[in-house]
Amino acid sequence: MSVGSLPDERRGLVGAAFQSKSFALGFALTALFILAALLSFLWTPYDATALAVADKLKSPSSLHWFGTDHFGRDIFSMIMVGARTSIAVAFVAVGIGIAAGVPLGLWAAAKQGSLVDEVIMRANDLVFAFPALLIAILITAVFGPSAINAIIAIGIFNIPVFARLARGAALTLWTREYIFAARVAGKGAVRISAEHILPNIMNLLIVQGTIQFSLGILADAALSYVGLGAQPPTPSWGRMLSDAQTMISLAPHMALFPGAAIVLTVLGLNLMGDGLRDIFDPKLRRSRS
Amino acid sequence: MAPYLLKRLISLVLSLLAASVVIFLVLQVVPGDPASYMLGMNAQPETVEALRQQMGLNEPLVWRYLTWVGGLTHGDFGVSYTYKVPTGELIAQRLWVSLPLALYALLLSTLIALPIGILSAAKRNSAADYGIMGVTQLGIAVPNFWFAMLLVLLFSITLRWFSAGGFPGWNAGVFVALKALTLPAVALALPQASILARVMRSSLLDTLSEDYIRTARAKGLTRGQTLVRHAVRNAMIPVLTIIGLQFSFLLAGAIIIENVFYLPGLGRLVFQGITQRDLIVVQSVVMLLVFAVIVITFLVDIAYAIADPRLRSRAR
Repeated sequence: MSVGSLPDERRGLVGAAFQSKSFALGFALTALFILAALLSFLWTPYDATALAVADKLKSPSSLHWFGTDHFGRDIFSMIMVGARTSIAVAFVAVGIGIAAGVPLGLWAAAKQGSLVDEVIMRANDLVFAFPALLIAILITAVFGPSAINAIIAIGIFNIPVFARLARGAALTLWTREYIFAARVAGKGAVRISAEHILPNIMNLLIVQGTIQFSLGILADAALSYVGLGAQPPTPSWGRMLSDAQTMISLAPHMALFPGAAIVLTVLGLNLMGDGLRDIFDPKLRRSRS
Repeated sequence: MAPYLLKRLISLVLSLLAASVVIFLVLQVVPGDPASYMLGMNAQPETVEALRQQMGLNEPLVWRYLTWVGGLTHGDFGVSYTYKVPTGELIAQRLWVSLPLALYALLLSTLIALPIGILSAAKRNSAADYGIMGVTQLGIAVPNFWFAMLLVLLFSITLRWFSAGGFPGWNAGVFVALKALTLPAVALALPQASILARVMRSSLLDTLSEDYIRTARAKGLTRGQTLVRHAVRNAMIPVLTIIGLQFSFLLAGAIIIENVFYLPGLGRLVFQGITQRDLIVVQSVVMLLVFAVIVITFLVDIAYAIADPRLRSRAR
């Protein structure tokens, strides 16, 4: 965290972003895992689902960088393919939250104090009251364990997060003069929300999206750890850890590498989120750090 | 205070009602008939029908909901499909593991997080502050079940200080039982402590910039005295809210951690219920935990309003 060095106007936002060490580190970590996930479509050192029992429980070596699991599958390859699953689940779940939450929040703000506002906000409170993981477990238990149901379960909990954020930010904007000017010009609430409010709350949405992305990765890991996420043979980080659990004294590397992958991805996203927040709001940076 | 309390009470009741409807309805769409599931594949249709009648499955939806909720109000959760005993008894047994585990974790998390957060804020921008912020940033990113596995690897397999799992029961003695809960509690507590320490730090930093802190310093109090007498006390208000909320996270998080340590708590009960399609058990445990969360949130809100009168007037 570079205190005191305000973003240089001439370099613009991107330059300023990489001035921040936490953003740069976070971006590098996140990019690493997204690249690994993309690369896994084209190439992995081994077939991530191929069983090779003769090679089971091998420690890390030059042949198998992260070792092999109890079926002889290459852990490095599984982590690459697993990144794909984790990132996809978390990304779509955030997408659901934004796609449903932001319009709801904007609608509530446009009709502040009305019945619509009240209903939307109370429904949000209700979703917030449920421990997310528990309801995700309930949903996957009822509709069957699968990556799709994990996405829906995690996505539902992103809706109130974005609705609340959008509403709060939009409410302050509605009192601004340029919004008043737009109203005088005859624009309706929908057009004002889309043309004037949404672009102005984009920063907040991006920061929150990054944070929710990292929470989504953690939630997906927990769900697939208890067997309610992506189903075998699709490799997933959480499932790799539950496989590793019974083997922990024989092959600790089975637990170490997938866990480290989760930690580094989540850490990367969190650092990136924090960095972005500081960049978008230099005032906050000075008061916080 | 009274209007605020009334408003919060009404919203408490509404939340509980809505939660119970959602949980009830979600489990209605489950494919498969519990009665035929209980009796197995070869059961006579008449026997299944009789059991359906006995279990009240032929009643209309609304009536079944009302019976279920009515039962809940006096602790009757219905009969488990697989264990054939009242679900309430099963839950009560398991609660003796999950509840102490969550409380133990909450205690650890608070004891670790508050001093660290205070230190970090008091020595702002020092090496200690950066170190603490770095470690807690990492702590937030660690999934607790993976951390639990690392603890097992270190303390059970390598050092052999703790057993890797299982629970001897409270009859084996409080110390023995607590020892069995120690690794799970640490695994639950540390990631939560990271969050709590950061909240404590930022709350204290906010308080330290208030005018009354400057006044306290101006009237001659030392930095330490100001910190203890004025800053920390005021900074605790938002921290207490987070502690309240964390308890429900810990209770729900215990469900996952119990699987790592093979503890016979609510979590094991839920997952057995899922695999055996014993949905009444799943439904009851989820309802109980959601109930706990909603009530705790309510109590925290009330405590908050008592501590900070400004909030009552601001409340929507």
